[in-house]
Order: sequence, then C-alpha cells, then structure tokens
Amino acid sequence: MPEQTDPDPATPEAVDRGTSTPAADVPAVDVPAVRPAGAAAGSEGTPAAGSKLGSQRSPRSRGTLLRWASPFVAVAIPVALFAVAPKLYPNLLFLVTMMVYVVLAQGVNVIYGFTGYLPFGYVGFFGVGAYASSLAILDTGVPAPVGVVVGAAGAVLLGLLLSPLLRLSGAYFAIATLAAALAVESVISNPSLAGITKGPYGIDLGSVYNARADYVAGLVMVGLSMAVVVYLRRSRFGLALRAIRNDPVSAAAAGVDVVKERMLAWLISSALAGAAGAVFAWGVSVFYPTAVFGISTSVFAIVFALFGGVGTAWGPLVGTAVLFGLYQAIGVSDPQYAQGIYGLLIVALVLFVPGGLAGVARSIRRRRA
Amino acid sequence: MLLEYALVSGLLFGVFYALLASGLNLAFGMQRIVNLAHGDVVMLGGFGAWELYYGFGVPPLVTLLIVVPLAVAAGFLLFQAVTPRLSRSDDPEMLSLVLFFGISQTIEAAAALTLSNNQRSLPSSSLAGHPMTIAGQTYPGTLVVSAIVSLPILAALFLYLYRSPLGRATRAVMADPQEAAAVGIAVKRVSSLSFGVSLALAAMAGVLGIFLFGGASPSEGVGLTVISFAVIVLGSLGNPLGTLVGGVVYGIAYELTQTYLSSWADLVPYVLLLVVMLTRPSGLLGRSARRA
Repeated sequence: MPEQTDPDPATPEAVDRGTSTPAADVPAVDVPAVRPAGAAAGSEGTPAAGSKLGSQRSPRSRGTLLRWASPFVAVAIPVALFAVAPKLYPNLLFLVTMMVYVVLAQGVNVIYGFTGYLPFGYVGFFGVGAYASSLAILDTGVPAPVGVVVGAAGAVLLGLLLSPLLRLSGAYFAIATLAAALAVESVISNPSLAGITKGPYGIDLGSVYNARADYVAGLVMVGLSMAVVVYLRRSRFGLALRAIRNDPVSAAAAGVDVVKERMLAWLISSALAGAAGAVFAWGVSVFYPTAVFGISTSVFAIVFALFGGVGTAWGPLVGTAVLFGLYQAIGVSDPQYAQGIYGLLIVALVLFVPGGLAGVARSIRRRRA
Repeated sequence: MLLEYALVSGLLFGVFYALLASGLNLAFGMQRIVNLAHGDVVMLGGFGAWELYYGFGVPPLVTLLIVVPLAVAAGFLLFQAVTPRLSRSDDPEMLSLVLFFGISQTIEAAAALTLSNNQRSLPSSSLAGHPMTIAGQTYPGTLVVSAIVSLPILAALFLYLYRSPLGRATRAVMADPQEAAAVGIAVKRVSSLSFGVSLALAAMAGVLGIFLFGGASPSEGVGLTVISFAVIVLGSLGNPLGTLVGGVVYGIAYELTQTYLSSWADLVPYVLLLVVMLTRPSGLLGRSARRA
C-alpha cells in the first residue's frame, strides 16, 4: 500500500525501505505524503522522516490533550492558588473578599459576557444573598453552609421576580436593574420592617463565625463559578447564548429558545451573586444594609470583569486578582480613591481597550502569528 | 387639607423634577446616550452654588446663569472627545452606558475628595426667605421660587427646540442622525452642543436642588439619575412636553406617599420606573422604549 503512493521509487533508500522494511520504525502508512521528503532528506532517511512525523503529530495530540484538560485546569488552578494563598498571605478576610469578587465578576461575565445584558443593579442579588442566608441562619438555625445555599436560592427568587426585565434591552435593562437593586435595599433597610430584616441596624452573625469554613465555602464558589463559565465556553448552551447576544432574531430562527436560554443564564448569574453575598456575610459576620447593597460592589464586579475581558474564562479571574490585589497593595485607606481610580479605569477601558486584558492578549497573539 | 397640600406641593416639586430630568432627556436624544453622570452634574451644580455663595457672596439665582456657559462648554468638549471612539465600536449604546458610568463614579469620588464628604446646605433665605401662602396653605418659599424659576427655563428649552434653527437641527438629529447629515446638518457639532445644553439644564437643577433636597452631597448622583430616568420614562423618552407631565406625575406620587406612607416614600421612583418600564414602556405620551 505505501509503495503505491511513493512518487520516487528510483531512490534506492526509498525502494529499499518500501520493499524490505515497511515497519522499520516509521509507521508511514497514515501520512504517505511525508515519505518523499524523508526519502529525499538523504541517506539517513528514516530518522529524518521519523522526526518530521513526530513534529507533525505531537502538536495535534498536545492540542487535544490541552483541549481535554483545560476545563479542569481552569477550575483547579484558581482553587489551588486560593487554597495555598493563606500560607503566603494570612489575611483571610481579604482573600475571602477577593474570592467573592471573582465569583461576582464571573457572574457578570455569565450575563454580560455571554448574553450582552449589563446589570448595573447586580449588587441587588449580592445583598439579597447576604440577607437571605443570614436571616435563615439566625431565624431557623440552619448551619452556615446551608445558609450559603439559601442565599443563592434567595437571589434566584429575586431573579425570577425580576425576569420580566429581560424584555427590556440595552440601557433600559441596565437602569431598571439598578432601580430594582435600590428598591430592594430601601425595602430591607426600612425601619418599618426592622422586626423581620433588622432594618438599618444590620446583622450580627458572630454566633456562627468560622473563618476557615467560610474560606472553604469561598473556594467551592470560585471552583463552581469557573466551572460554569468553562461550561458556557464549550457547550451548546453557551453557544446559544452567544448567538442570542449577537442577534436574537437569527438565533431564534436557528432553533434557539431565546427566552428560556436567556432566563437560565440570568438565574445562574443571580445564583452566583447570591452565594457570593452569603459567603461575604459569613466572612465579615457583622454588616449593615449599606455594606452589601453599595453600588460600588456592582462597579467593582463590572470593572474586574471588563478589565480581564468578558466572554472568556480566565479574564474575570485575572482582572479581579490584578485590580483587587492592586487595591490592597496600594493600601487605599480612603474608599473614594479606589472609586475614583476605578471610575477612570472604566473610562480608559471603554475608550482604549474595549476587549480588556483578554483582548490585548488576543491581538498580541494574532500579530505574532 | 392634607391631600390638598400634598397635591399642590407635588405639582410644585413636579415642575422642578421636569427641569431635573429634561437634560437627561435631551442627552438621550443624541445618539441614544444615557448620561449616567447626569445626577453627578446636578450635584456639581449644587456644590457650585454653595462655593460661590460662601466664597464670593454670589446669590444662587445669579449662579443659575453662571453655570450655563461652563456646563455647555464642558459638555461640548466631552462629547467631542469621546464619541469618535465610541462610534467606532460594535456596540456604542452599551459602551456609552459603561463609559458614563465610569465618568459618574469619577465625578463622585473627585467631589468627595476635593469638596466635601458631607452634605452641604445653603440658608433658604439666600433663595427665598419667607414661606408663601397659596390658597390658604403655606409652602416653603424655596419650593415656590424653584418652581417659578423652573418654568421659564423649561419654556426657553421648548422655544429653543421648536422655534430656533439650531433647535430644529437638534430635533432632526434626534429623529435620525443619518438623514440629518444627508440634508447638510453638522450632526457632530449639533450633538455636542445639545449635550452641553443638557448638562447646563442639569447644573441649573442642581443649583435649585441644594434647597429642595435639603443640601448637596457627593453620593447623591446615582439616586438623582434614577429619579430623572424615572421621570423621562414616565413622560416618554425624547419628548420635552412628556418630561413636564412625567415630572408632575412623579412629584405628586412622591408627595402623596410622603404624606400617607412616609417611610416608603424612597421607593416611589424605583417602583414607578419599574412599573412603567414593564407595563407601559412607551411612557404616558407615546414613543416606544422597548425593543427586545
């Protein structure tokens, strides 16, 4: 069989190899086109052909290996890094807050990066998660880890309640969610409801305080949020979302159930924020409505996600690590400085690098290729 | 008695709210930009009134005129600087939203750092000393004067839009920028100028607002933007007359809640905004807001 494809039977080495030792060391059967090159390479044809074959095949197999392993890597590496981080930098509350922001940035990524809906009021889910979990822990005595699940469930409920907002587009959606978040805050902090929500007087979770367990909850949430985004990057569901983002009408025409898929993304995103809120509440253990409903939480999550690059798995993670780390490194005592710096950063991002770090990396790679 | 008071003060507040929101409405007409920094410009107007009053003894009614050229110039330059980059991207509406969000955060932080982190207020005597009596009931003088001052400003805006050549060009750009360009209107210049005018309206509202909101503080911007947005959505986007209607409806709704359910009054703008967006997205007077 290989003999037939050999275009140059006159070359002695080739003839020799082809007739006497077909299985010498090159299984040339599958890539016949390489043989003449190997044969023409000279007297030591076989090793040359072998190395050539190897170099041709290995990137392919390494590629499939990478493709196969990369989702696990994308989940495992961040979790592993955060798991060892306390050994290097023992400020647990800072690390938990960073993990909370990773989850929030990935949540923004799910809804904005994949469907194009930008929720300015994203913090509403965060706050509801914090309150739902805290009240469940205080009023019904469920263990704190269950509280985290309750927090996510509470945020999903709010997401369902607000799901009609998905009918709005662009700016209307963004501002309507902002109004919704402000409304939820003003309900929760209303002194008239102090019997239920403790109104403006805040929550004290001191009785269940456990920094290590909360840290583990944070690790789990980071892993989950990475897994969700990796899944979206590689599944038909994620593809459908991106199709909706680009053009809802064409997506519907191609058989995508626009309403259902969009709703699912919205609820996943709200669950992530709710769980993040619960982890945060558990970690700080004493907080006021203004701390979990501050619009700056939305700002941070959006900036971190945009800075890293939305629509990618690593972008929001890297964005959060860099910017929130920077925030801590500068040692900003005055939150206004951070707000101002992030404000300017948003402006600069939009005007100069709309694709974020991931966009920059992509264009560098493209230029090199 | 109580009801009558709530209705009249709601009406007076409503006229002021119309002024507060009219700038946002005008800016929205320009290439669908939602100026999320609108409330922060209002806040800056309030701080401007404070600084000029205590620094140079300028009465707020004069400040009202001083802020106009400053705001027009700032808006013109800002618009000229950012729109070329925005319009080159694939989703300018969304990006402009994010951009102005960033500008809003920057202004708020800068104001808190350089001006004051606390609320600042002016004595009501600097605008109108005496309470005024209308139909047997007394209202704060600042409220009556603010409403009386807002009306001619709104009238001037109306005349500018509907009776001047520049206003006609502005409306043409609002209706369709490409068509406007095709008939020889300098779209970019007209848009930039209108954006400046919209900021001037916001700053003027801020000068009056420092009295009506009981002071000015750096963090008030976001809330004011949402209120303004509620008013223009209520009155239907892009329609100046609608903004007046929206302002009055909002003012009366707020005052009624304040009177009968005072602890829930802060919810009014948010709930109104959400309800109107979901049930009557075209507003009370027409044009559609919902597209998805």
